Amino acid sequence: MTFRKVKSAVMLGLMWLAAALVLLPLVLILWQLVREGATAINWDFFTKIQSSPGDAGGGMANGIVGTLMLLLIASVAGLPVGIGAGIYMAEHRSAKLAASVRFLADVLNGLPSIVVGIFAWSLLVKPMGHFSAWAGGIALGSMMIPLTARTTEEMIRTVPNSLREAALALGYANWRTSITIVARTALPGIVTGALVALARVAGETAPLLFTAIGNNFWSVDPNKPIAALPLQLYQFAISPYDSWHRQAWAGSLVLIGLVLVISIAARYAARPRFGKAVD
Amino acid sequence: MTAVRAAGPAAEPGRVLLDVTGLNAYFGAIHAVRNVSLAFREREVTAIIGPSGCGKSTLLRCLNRMHETVPGARVTGSIEFHGQDLYAPDVSPIAVRRHIGMVFQRPTPFPTLCIRDNVAAGLRVLKRSQRPSAAETDRIVEQALRDAALWDEVKDRLHGGAIGISGGQQQRLCIARALATSPRVLLLDEPTASLDPLSTQKIEELVYALRKQFTVIIVTHNMQQAARVSDRTAFMLDGELIEVAPTSKLFTTPSDPRTEAYVTGRFG
Repeated sequence: MTFRKVKSAVMLGLMWLAAALVLLPLVLILWQLVREGATAINWDFFTKIQSSPGDAGGGMANGIVGTLMLLLIASVAGLPVGIGAGIYMAEHRSAKLAASVRFLADVLNGLPSIVVGIFAWSLLVKPMGHFSAWAGGIALGSMMIPLTARTTEEMIRTVPNSLREAALALGYANWRTSITIVARTALPGIVTGALVALARVAGETAPLLFTAIGNNFWSVDPNKPIAALPLQLYQFAISPYDSWHRQAWAGSLVLIGLVLVISIAARYAARPRFGKAVD
Repeated sequence: MTAVRAAGPAAEPGRVLLDVTGLNAYFGAIHAVRNVSLAFREREVTAIIGPSGCGKSTLLRCLNRMHETVPGARVTGSIEFHGQDLYAPDVSPIAVRRHIGMVFQRPTPFPTLCIRDNVAAGLRVLKRSQRPSAAETDRIVEQALRDAALWDEVKDRLHGGAIGISGGQQQRLCIARALATSPRVLLLDEPTASLDPLSTQKIEELVYALRKQFTVIIVTHNMQQAARVSDRTAFMLDGELIEVAPTSKLFTTPSDPRTEAYVTGRFG
């Protein structure tokens, strides 16, 4: 074997190792969750609310429904703003305002999520006088804004300028070109970005701590405090009860399953309708 | 916003349809088109030739107000269409572009639309009162595809994606899309630059046939193409219009020595 071939084999081996190391934590986490949590997953887990502290049985139905409601509020509040800002930044690339928005979006992306929680608390909880699902959903939604704004911008930038020109030359107004041709062409990517943002905030705990705050009982009233899976996990995991610990593992498994479903949906959304575009 | 008159006086071959006077076009500080005055005649094919960077595409893009869509671009002078200045303050560029269609160098089918909807794309943006019904749209689509010599090749896959067909077919699809809104003028910006010889031949035959219904202005860097398809040829150099004449005259007995140097292949 020549030296070059040896070098190639060694480098290839190192890359295999790196790839394996990336996958290892994921596999270990999933293994641990299944091992500890699978036994606690049963019909009751999805249909009943939590039991009294220390009692066996009960489930996390209130947390699952609460998380879904929070994600719904977050999407309604965050996606239109995020996607709109992304379209604006992509279509007015060189505008001063676009540059400022882009910079602010990057700053917001790096903002600790607990700060987002404090923001939502002072903006919503304090004036309203009570914790609520609205506040929690809007806290999560405001985390989705910078994420979707940046992915939307990136996706729209991949649309060739020739398509924009073709639409303008057909007598499309600027706004119509932006929305029905450019954004429409980038739509699979935009939807993927939105779902990735949703998956990202689905597991957020800190922004909910003093907004949604959690609820030990059944509630679907957006004006009231609401349960959420991550909050329940936290509450159960730091409790001294074995049955709650098992349920916390099960809850983690369900939460990861939810994120997985959203991610698979994102993959599915990204497939092009008529095969690959030219250019 | 004043609508650009669609019909105007009855079309009559040889009558001036687009009258360019003292046109200057700029990209920021670059003076791309310099004081060009030129008349395009009804139902003729006019070719604009010249070396790369001579301003021929820019001139073309001024004719349907596409030039101004580039940041920093500016136009002075006037272009009269049926006696109406396209650059008058009350004229909307959108209305101009509906009557003066354009096809670009590379095919630009809309990837999210099927073949039928691609051809109908320009109809979808009409005001509700002017928008044709679904059945009427089908008829217009068929006619446009027939005019673009593409109907027989795609009639069984009208609802298939427009990016599954060949490059030459895509370019004819773009021509059909431009024809569907019944423009008076068709602007072609090096429409065969990205195509193989056979597809090029088809487009050239098409351009030749289209002059019966439309006024065609074609920018090309291929002199043989200009000679094959056009009635009249304009030669541009460094942003200036050097000469415009019937094609056979321009290629055989040009009046300007620079034109002669170019068409005999001494530069460019």
